[in-house]
Amino acid sequence: MVAHSIFFYTFSLIAIVSAIMVTASKNTIHSVFFLILDFISISCLFIMIGAEFLGMIMLIVYVGAVAVLFLFVVMMLNVSKQTNTWFESKSGYEHIPIGMIISLIIFFELIIVVGGWKYKPELISASTIEMDQNITNTHSIGNVLYTEYIHLFQLSGMILLVAMIGAIVLTFRKRTGIKRQSYFLQISREESDGVELVDIKNNEGVKVDD
Amino acid sequence: MTEIGLGHYLTFSAIIFSIGVIGIFLNRKNIIVILMNIELLLLGVNINLVSFSIFLNDLSGQIFTLFILTVAAAEAAIGLAIIVIYYRKTGTIRVEDINSLKG
Repeated sequence: MVAHSIFFYTFSLIAIVSAIMVTASKNTIHSVFFLILDFISISCLFIMIGAEFLGMIMLIVYVGAVAVLFLFVVMMLNVSKQTNTWFESKSGYEHIPIGMIISLIIFFELIIVVGGWKYKPELISASTIEMDQNITNTHSIGNVLYTEYIHLFQLSGMILLVAMIGAIVLTFRKRTGIKRQSYFLQISREESDGVELVDIKNNEGVKVDD
Repeated sequence: MTEIGLGHYLTFSAIIFSIGVIGIFLNRKNIIVILMNIELLLLGVNINLVSFSIFLNDLSGQIFTLFILTVAAAEAAIGLAIIVIYYRKTGTIRVEDINSLKG
């Protein structure tokens, strides 16, 4: 139990500090790196409390895909040229206290909800999908995901497809002055207009100019 | 103090969520950091769902976390694509300079 609490405090402290640094660091690249650190420590927390599959998926999806996507975009857009004025605004600083107040109100509301609640005894018995302790986390998720949640699972696949097509359509642009492959011309090319057969007399050689 | 219960995890997720909200309000650098803060918000929600799922011994929370993960990835891709084309058009993604909607 002591080890559990030590690991919890370590990982959560790292996660909170790096979450603060995502906003506070002056360089955007550093923000992305702190975001990666945040994802990694939270996936360690997930693995620690017994949601191994989600922890690993978090590592793969967030660190492997989303964070790398952020890094690519930051490198492409050359944002380091825009000098970082940290929290500064042309209209002064009045957005800072408003933002702090709203965020603190949200935080204390969440804390009040956490501190004042109790289990209703019916709640535990009403849970529909019990976790079987004899099989692994991944196994039990697979048992449920492909049977009871199959339609939602396929819908989430459709969301990914739409997002992929949308991103390609948004960033696609036609450039002028570059050679493109024309499938129609390529397929409709015939032997008659591509190859020419020439009869050559013996022992006279070939003139290329003819 | 040494017993880590559900309350610890919920407090932790509330802290992450609030840091995300603070980041969205306070940021004056560029929109990419705001997108990262939205990822932090979704992360806080995910921690909440997973900890409830573990401590109530109900698997639904983890399934929902999986779907939130999907939506977060799609949203990041679309948002970054919009940022790329906006930068290509205007040459800046500073939060201050984006005021064509006069908000």
